[in-house]
Amino acid sequence: MSLPLVFKVDSIRQDSPNLKTYVFKHNIRAKSGQFLMVWLPGHDEVPMSIGWQTKEEFHVGIADAGDCTHAIHENIKVGDKLGFRGPYGTSFDYKDVDHLICVGGGYGTPPMLNLAQRATELGKKVTVIQGARSADYLLYEDLFNQLGVELLVSTDDGSKGHHGYNTDVLEEHLSKIDRSENVCIYTCGPEVMMVKVAQIAEKNELKCQVSLERYMKCGFGICGQCCMDDSGIRICKDGPIISGEYALEHPEFGKYTRGQSGKVEK
Amino acid sequence: MNLNVNFCGIQFPNPTVLASGYLGVTGASLANCTSKGAGGVTSKTLLMKERTGHANPTILTFPGGVINAVGLSGEGIGNAKHEFEKYRELAPENPIIGSVGGHDIDEIVEVAQIMDEYPVDMLELNFSCPNVEGEMGKPIACDPLITAQATKAVRQVTKKPITVKLSPNVPDIGLVAKHAEANGADAITAVNTMGPGMVIDIQMRRPILTNKVGGVSGHAIKPIAVRCVWDIYRSVKIPIIATGGVINGRDALEMMMAGGSLLGIGSAIVYHDLKCFDMITDKIRAFMEEEGLNDISELVGLAHEEGFDRDKL
Repeated sequence: MSLPLVFKVDSIRQDSPNLKTYVFKHNIRAKSGQFLMVWLPGHDEVPMSIGWQTKEEFHVGIADAGDCTHAIHENIKVGDKLGFRGPYGTSFDYKDVDHLICVGGGYGTPPMLNLAQRATELGKKVTVIQGARSADYLLYEDLFNQLGVELLVSTDDGSKGHHGYNTDVLEEHLSKIDRSENVCIYTCGPEVMMVKVAQIAEKNELKCQVSLERYMKCGFGICGQCCMDDSGIRICKDGPIISGEYALEHPEFGKYTRGQSGKVEK
Repeated sequence: MNLNVNFCGIQFPNPTVLASGYLGVTGASLANCTSKGAGGVTSKTLLMKERTGHANPTILTFPGGVINAVGLSGEGIGNAKHEFEKYRELAPENPIIGSVGGHDIDEIVEVAQIMDEYPVDMLELNFSCPNVEGEMGKPIACDPLITAQATKAVRQVTKKPITVKLSPNVPDIGLVAKHAEANGADAITAVNTMGPGMVIDIQMRRPILTNKVGGVSGHAIKPIAVRCVWDIYRSVKIPIIATGGVINGRDALEMMMAGGSLLGIGSAIVYHDLKCFDMITDKIRAFMEEEGLNDISELVGLAHEEGFDRDKL
């Protein structure tokens, strides 16, 4: 059954100039990397990743990036309701991994926070490499610090951390890691960045998992709106988490997506 | 044992056909379904212009079925050629039915003319979408005479087999099928979604679908779909693609006994994912073995009384 659950906003964090994190008091029981369809009645319903998550609460970081997310930013205050379907999709696999390297770019950081949280609970070593346009846009430094993970940052304007891309930081970091441990790279963010991360992983003979996003309708694998060429896999059901190696086999990875009508958009 | 279905001269390796509207946006997605066991596929309905359809939420499940108001989103027939070519490249062995839609008969004919040029084996005329009434009015299949007129108009522009997709929301579906048959339809697809229906969220105090109403499918409508197929089987001689709540092998056998030669599969994916095609085919095979049947065609119409002969209609 896929009818929505409705929760009231418990609190709102302003985490960057255009990203608000909405906190809900509910045990959402999502596996790391799964997503929710977030419903704003009268507007739309959009897929969103889950950030911080405990038995008592879950966080959804929403960037003001489209009509629906803009309407949420404008209209939804503490005490207001949003609807949620899910959690849907595949999740990150970290069972046999000793050292997780989580590469988040822009609004791709929330699922990296969720993954870092799950992995540190199991006592695993976690390195988070976060890239943003400037220091103001870096997300969740307080929560990453609370987890005690190694946090490396880069900014496009050099206002904090490495001046440049997070993929530069990743390459630099990989030259220093202990290869006797089971290492896996995880990434979520702009697709061109994830292509680069998957290629870096391949070059370094390391495993990699990417978190993909496509325009979605049903969220549970029947409508066919989010399928990728040429395998035809459904990002809502066979994804959003797939291996970097498999992602690189898809001609559309990093190149194009399809919009609401199904038409290819470069 | 033969599970191969010869339908209007087209060979389907098994009776399962992905129904229109499910996983039919891209050629690669359609081919993924045949690689998982679908005998054939139906594309998503295309119209002349690119359409975004209704805003989300557009598809929900409820206990017993699915309700949707996608609203005929599509890239437009003119943009979609590459998807059919991709399907042909990836799934050269399995037939594809191209679903044709339009605001009026003129547009349907225009779309059919273009679809006719594409690498599709058969055209399905979607005369029965219930989700666009605000924009397009009552579906064509709600009126036998308009169904006749529309079928006749398309018949003049294509030599490929035509199947007309009917609505269950009519008092006499057999009569509508007769009008399609008399005007050149080679087959009937029955049925499209029922309704429209509505689901309200009590916390939000609002209908959940942004379009408020949507077509209902899945197990909830199966007894009605079976009766529709039964009625059509007794009204026309042309073969039927039976669809509406075929979730498992038992449902499939029921539909074939009512009169379906092929089975449109959709909601089953909700419950059994893409392995539903193999599950249904395997169950049909096992049943035929148990019952000592050698050819799948022997199942078609088996529930009708002995002595009932369609050829005498």
